[in-house]
Amino acid sequence: MSRAKIVKKSTDTDMTPFVDIAFLILSFFIMATKFKPAEAVPIETPNSVSSQKLPENDAVMISIDKDNKVYFSIMTANDKQAAIDIIKGAAQARNIPVTDAQAQKYFPGDMVGMPFNKLGAFLDLSTEDKKKFVQEGIPVKDSANNELYYWIAATRSVFAGKPLKYLIKGDSKGKYPTFKRVIEALKNNDEQKYNLVTMPEGAPEGTDLWIERNTQRK
Amino acid sequence: MASLDTGDDGGQKKGPGVKKAKKLSTRIDMTPMVDLGFLLITFFIFTSTMSSPTTMDLNMPKDNKNEEDQTKTKESGALTIMIGEDNNLYYWEGSLLPDGSNFTSSNFKDIRAEIIKKKKAVEAAYVTDPACEAKAKAEGKDPADCRQKDFFVLIKPTENADYKSVIDLLDEMTINKVARYALIDPYPEEVALVSATEGAPAPAADAPAQ
Repeated sequence: MSRAKIVKKSTDTDMTPFVDIAFLILSFFIMATKFKPAEAVPIETPNSVSSQKLPENDAVMISIDKDNKVYFSIMTANDKQAAIDIIKGAAQARNIPVTDAQAQKYFPGDMVGMPFNKLGAFLDLSTEDKKKFVQEGIPVKDSANNELYYWIAATRSVFAGKPLKYLIKGDSKGKYPTFKRVIEALKNNDEQKYNLVTMPEGAPEGTDLWIERNTQRK
Repeated sequence: MASLDTGDDGGQKKGPGVKKAKKLSTRIDMTPMVDLGFLLITFFIFTSTMSSPTTMDLNMPKDNKNEEDQTKTKESGALTIMIGEDNNLYYWEGSLLPDGSNFTSSNFKDIRAEIIKKKKAVEAAYVTDPACEAKAKAEGKDPADCRQKDFFVLIKPTENADYKSVIDLLDEMTINKVARYALIDPYPEEVALVSATEGAPAPAADAPAQ
């Protein structure tokens, strides 16, 4: 009896399609990726169903971190002079001026969270040192000494007549009173419209908003 | 294993006198390339922020010292929600009774049902208001919004409230399409009621409401 010979199959797999797919996914991620900006202070924002895009220019952002420290960032990427003017104007209003050279060291988008009396020294630090430096936050707790008020007042005068958005970015773990102080500082400047920065999430099923969004699509 | 066979057997005829070149294998081992490919994929997956942040509008009312300029709310359509510690919510309809008997404890799971219930009740009591509907049409808004024109949600966070709770509750307004709501400071007696409820685990304050 002759046994049927088992045909030896090659174990050599052609991996070409596999590689194709891998690189397809890779190119997708490369193109779709927007890098997380390196932030000096990480802030985890709460979620909301809002779908409005975040304005990236002509805006100031007031950030509240998880330790209830308040930071101020001027987001004027195409107008650096405006940022310098705001810093100088705000410090001038408190009679603790910063020099031109110090203000020049601010880059639009950076977070500043120092009281005015230490602001100049902070701005003097190198970019590397600024990242490592633990800022104490803009004092807002005491309504008589709410320094955020001066920041907003200076911003208003620099941006007079131009569109400007106030972004408030709070950490989920932050407490409400700090947020209230921030709102107070804005209100005292006669500003009533703000944008809260959040991460998107879907509308819960069955709610009025969910019904509206789903019927619009049809 | 992983390899690429170009299948180039080279069938060309060489002329006489042309020395035969030594044939090298055209198979390439692709395993390292695949490794690298997936390494990069994982890197991009981890570093990417797929969803860009969005913004939520918040309009605060002007502080009006003048009594006459203040927005009046109808008691029948008012719903007050207070935010306490640890995402605890407290609400009452209309105005708070002196004995606190309509002061109810709640949480984020149940508050939506309460908002919807109240909204439905206000809408059911709606008496057609042609002036409001005409105005809505002129402004390009949905005239159906007039049905809830008396519905007003007052959000009163206490000092212990989390920022996230406030945002969640504001978001709840968007989710349930509440057209009129405001973020305001609570009165001292309301704060006292909340801290009394939170401080003592005694459900005495909310027992009569059930």
